[in-house]
Amino acid sequence: MGEKAKALRIDPAIEDPDGFYNALVDCYRDLDESRIGLFNARLILLLANQIGDKALLDEALRRAREGA
Amino acid sequence: MGSYVNPVYPHRRPPELDGASEARHPVIVVGAGPVGLTAALDLAQRGHAVIVLDEDNTVSVGSRAICWAQRTLEIWDRLGVVHRMLDKGVLWDTGKLYVGDRLIYQFQMQSQAHQHFPAFINLQQYYVEQYLVERCADFPEIDLRWKNKVVGIEQDGDEVRLKIEAPDGSYGLAAQYVVAADGVRSPVRTMMGLKFDGQVFNDRFLIADVRMKAEFPSERWFWFDPPFHRGQSVLLHRQADDVFRIDFQLGPDADPETERDLDRVTPRLKAMLGERPFDYEWVSVYSFTCRCMESFNHGRVLFAGDAAHVVSPFGARGGNSGVQDADNLVWKLDLVLRSEAPAELLDSYSDERVPAARENIRHSTRSTDFITPKNAASRTLRDAVLSLAADYPFARSLINSGRLSQASAYGAAAGLTADAGDWSGGPAPGASAIDGPLGNGWLFDGEDRGFRLLAFAETAADLPVEAPVGLRRTVVARRGGSDGLAGASEDSADVLWRRYDARPGTHYLLRPDRHVAARWRAYDGAALQAALRRARAA
Repeated sequence: MGEKAKALRIDPAIEDPDGFYNALVDCYRDLDESRIGLFNARLILLLANQIGDKALLDEALRRAREGA
Repeated sequence: MGSYVNPVYPHRRPPELDGASEARHPVIVVGAGPVGLTAALDLAQRGHAVIVLDEDNTVSVGSRAICWAQRTLEIWDRLGVVHRMLDKGVLWDTGKLYVGDRLIYQFQMQSQAHQHFPAFINLQQYYVEQYLVERCADFPEIDLRWKNKVVGIEQDGDEVRLKIEAPDGSYGLAAQYVVAADGVRSPVRTMMGLKFDGQVFNDRFLIADVRMKAEFPSERWFWFDPPFHRGQSVLLHRQADDVFRIDFQLGPDADPETERDLDRVTPRLKAMLGERPFDYEWVSVYSFTCRCMESFNHGRVLFAGDAAHVVSPFGARGGNSGVQDADNLVWKLDLVLRSEAPAELLDSYSDERVPAARENIRHSTRSTDFITPKNAASRTLRDAVLSLAADYPFARSLINSGRLSQASAYGAAAGLTADAGDWSGGPAPGASAIDGPLGNGWLFDGEDRGFRLLAFAETAADLPVEAPVGLRRTVVARRGGSDGLAGASEDSADVLWRRYDARPGTHYLLRPDRHVAARWRAYDGAALQAALRRARAA
């Protein structure tokens, strides 16, 4: 039946992984703990809106929570 | 404090004290608040004698419910009293949301034009109760007994027996059914030893109702972290008589005794309102709980309103859901009292309204968790939403300052007929029917008492040869399309066909509370009769 249920990608998909990681760490520079928290939360929300799909978001929440 | 003068209703000596028979009455309503009075009026309009008992002799004191939703106004229209509320109430449609001193966005409550009633009016609860009490005087069926306190209750399979204390003595009454609408501290619930579990919230809020001349438009304004009350939220609503409700979040550590001191309240208000003069109407500090009974039906005692469920104030879901309890209950009680339906029909009252109450609690708890984050991480997340909202439209949808009350859609309850056929919109079975212009008036004209059939037709071939007997039918023709359709009214604003996802031949069966019982793409007499039986639990 129709479209296969979406699943969260777990294969490598980030272009230039080292560059992205470095850019992320760079964002924390000169921020105190509370600003880092705000930055992380803003980033989560921006990315979550990009994903949008409820099943994918639920799966991401579950997978993140499992390792925390 | 307070410009409203509470009426004092006269107590009349109960006839039972002078030897009147303590015969069994059909229904006794305990509690003359918005819910009990709505139930009493609805019962009386359906021809039932009803005794209403209230331990006090006046209407609500102070600042309580203020926002009345469209669905509630529709119910009061059916009871012939809504014009009083509309004349006095403040109509509002716009909500504005501020973060700091910046207007982040504004929203309209009414998403569509061509509505009979506004999305909301604001009116102090004491006016609502006063108008309902005055409307009760039009019905000799209603015996409203002030200063009559229920002090004992017992029941068996046949009746409920109440013990009542009046100023001039004690007496007993028996009834087939008791509607317990006696408020959040429900003495009836307590006497029956019934559980009322839920969640306690620690944050405290200050309500200041002030009277002032202000050029503010009639809108709901909500601030997160405003310059005049840093780190907390503030809500402002206009009510009748130039009274404004201002609600300051105080946090969990605030001391209620200190905070209600006017020496402390006045600087808070001046920081917000500047040097504009005002008079106090009411000041109180509150915290809240969300609770719900497991079942609203206990034998012949039926709980409604705050007696059965309480929510936080965010979303105006207390008073409105209570009035909707009464609306759901009374037509069922009517059919059972007339022996036109078995007592099992009443089970669907609890089966439908408990989930509605839980839905209200879920919404109000989510709002509360957004407004008063429970830990540092959730506060950070909340602040991130607020910081994004000005520039990123997606973040505005995450801001939850109260999702305002709408009619609940009932789920797969026993009395509904599941959709067959091909639907892409319109109210599904269980949902509340939608009003709209019809002919020179409205689809819902205040005359609804029983089941009703809506038939959408372009030609006579879309209708059965013989109209169903004993059922009010409304034929909705397209605008300009009623020629050759006897008795049809036109969809004068071209909205009803769309709102009901109608095609020629589409039929909706509406329950007396205007919720959809069933719908079909073509008339089928046998299916209609089956749906009617199902809706009556017959």
